[in-house]
Amino acid sequence: MATLLEVKDLRTHFYTFEGVVKAVDGVSYEVEEGETLGLVGESGCGKSVSALSLMRLIPDPPGKIVDGEVLFESEDILKIDMDDMRRIRGAKMSMVFQEPMTSLNPVLTLERQLSETLQLHRGMSREEARQESVDLLSRVGIPDAERRVRQYPHQFSGGMRQRVMIAMALSCNPKLIIADEPTTALDVTIQAQILELMKSLTSEFGVSLIVITHNLGVVARYANRMNIMYAGKIIERGAAGEVYSNPRHPYTVGLLKSVPRLDLPRRAKLDPIEGQPPDLINLPEGCAFRDRCRWAVDKCATEEPPLMLVNEGHWSACWRSDELGPSALDFLADLGLYADDSSNGAAASESDAEVE
Amino acid sequence: MTTMTETGTQGRAPAESGEILLEVKNLKMHFPVTAGIIFQRAVAHIKAVDGVSFFVRRGETLGLVGESGCGKTTTGRCILQLYRPTDGQVIFDGQELTGLSTRQMRTMRRRMQVIFQDPYSSLNPRMTAGNIIGEPLIVHGLVNSKDEYKDRVAELLQNVGLNPYMADRFPHEFSGGQRQRIGVARALSVDPSFIVCDEPVSALDVSIQAQIVNLLEDLQERFDLTYLFIAHDLSVVRHISNRVAVMYLGHIVEIADRNEIYRSPLHPYTRALLSAVPIPDPIIDAQRERILLSGEVPSPLNPPSGCVFHPRCPIAIDSCSEVTPELREVDSNHWAACIQAPGYGSY
Repeated sequence: MATLLEVKDLRTHFYTFEGVVKAVDGVSYEVEEGETLGLVGESGCGKSVSALSLMRLIPDPPGKIVDGEVLFESEDILKIDMDDMRRIRGAKMSMVFQEPMTSLNPVLTLERQLSETLQLHRGMSREEARQESVDLLSRVGIPDAERRVRQYPHQFSGGMRQRVMIAMALSCNPKLIIADEPTTALDVTIQAQILELMKSLTSEFGVSLIVITHNLGVVARYANRMNIMYAGKIIERGAAGEVYSNPRHPYTVGLLKSVPRLDLPRRAKLDPIEGQPPDLINLPEGCAFRDRCRWAVDKCATEEPPLMLVNEGHWSACWRSDELGPSALDFLADLGLYADDSSNGAAASESDAEVE
Repeated sequence: MTTMTETGTQGRAPAESGEILLEVKNLKMHFPVTAGIIFQRAVAHIKAVDGVSFFVRRGETLGLVGESGCGKTTTGRCILQLYRPTDGQVIFDGQELTGLSTRQMRTMRRRMQVIFQDPYSSLNPRMTAGNIIGEPLIVHGLVNSKDEYKDRVAELLQNVGLNPYMADRFPHEFSGGQRQRIGVARALSVDPSFIVCDEPVSALDVSIQAQIVNLLEDLQERFDLTYLFIAHDLSVVRHISNRVAVMYLGHIVEIADRNEIYRSPLHPYTRALLSAVPIPDPIIDAQRERILLSGEVPSPLNPPSGCVFHPRCPIAIDSCSEVTPELREVDSNHWAACIQAPGYGSY
């Protein structure tokens, strides 16, 4: 597979009265053609800012992309002028936003909103664009598209609006879609519908997808590879199956341990990550996670760990990554931890074996 | 086969059962939709909660799950009489609440409290954390002197894992997780026996969610609390609840012990809901059976006839659109409202 997008040492900073917020601080990764990449992290870790930087949608001021390269089809799109960027945005790269309620224009019909990109980027006539809009809506599973296309966003439910957003993102056959928390505002059953839709559409059209989310389950269901971000940096990256079963960064381990899991017997206690995420204005020296880390040693306070290769195609930014891995997920290994019901034990050891 | 309401009062005694602290019988909350500017008349009713019955035992946590708009929050508010229910009974510790006056209700609220979902909008931005936590103490006359007040506020802050010196800070100086701790301390201040937790962790990040869930569990043990835990996240609900009730469009469709409901869900909606939750492990997730529901939740303004779930139900039969299934005990301590559930009997 060819590399579609390559991000090299991207830095996006916000200049505020309180100081410089290093929202994205030296992030590098690539996206292959047709793959789905998960970008995971908690609020304020810089995952959305890094996506907006790719689209060059960072409000300036206060934000500024201070350093780095974004090679899209081998062209550095941080260097091209805004007119050229506009030709790429929407046509070759498009975005699905979190809030389907606020990202559609409430006073225009869907036909007008969908036609806009089609007329602009694909040079369609009004009638062609109308016909294409109807096709797009039916392709994302909106029944009665012929009639619905003349309606306004408020006449659609949340799940339907998210389908419209996906239709809009697909309208110009883009190479890359960036989905920023595409299902966070939706209910679980609707979330499952949208996830299945995106999965089938991306494989059908061979589109690459970057999914930004805080939900570890969504990434597990979707992504080929994943990047985990903390305080503006990628702290672990690798194939999704590998990262989930063989986590090599204490933060990843912490995340996996703090969520209760439906497929395993109930644990007596959840194992949260203590403390709060750091203030991005006054980042401590060394590793940003060390205050909350159970594995922290003296070295972590002075030297910041770079992303190091720990396994084939698997990187981690931790000095002690060798000591982590499947054994760190002790809730899987140590069944004695469970509080109740032995009847689920069989199921658990099964899933345990799969993980290892 | 008995119905839910009967079993509640007769107190069928399963081995681990405790005393029933709260009982809700056939609760209905219909909000009128009005038309007209001067002479407002009701043209329709939104049936947010439409005949809900359940009980909560002393010391247990009952989880109430469902998707947005299913009426779970309205149920919680009706129990606290923040909404006056259209019909039905709410019996708390032997006392019927629906008929109480506002004044009588105020004394009852010393014993029943609420923790709200959004820690950003539920705290008054102009009050310090200390005043937010201490206000109920003054309202209910629980302290006699300034020193006593201060000591109690400090103690409450410590109970929820905050530092007493934080009492002088304003809400905006706290993070989301800390704010939710303030909300918990405020609810605890009057020493209640029952707390409605309305999506207390939904707005928080994963690593912080676990902190608050553990805190709620610790406090329950220390202060002998009973929780009604309302949430849409099924994995969190299973973790914290002893029993789980599933709601759909104003009705409870299933109630069972937490392990039972996850191991052998009987209602097709519960099954779909469980299968829709992605598991944070790609290998296991890929192997799970997935039931994709078609369509969306119908409007509570004009709910479907018969079983409200039948238009989306993968196993619906003709009778489902005609018969409204009541919640019945189909197995020991397992209630379901589906005519096709094994053990449901004739309809």
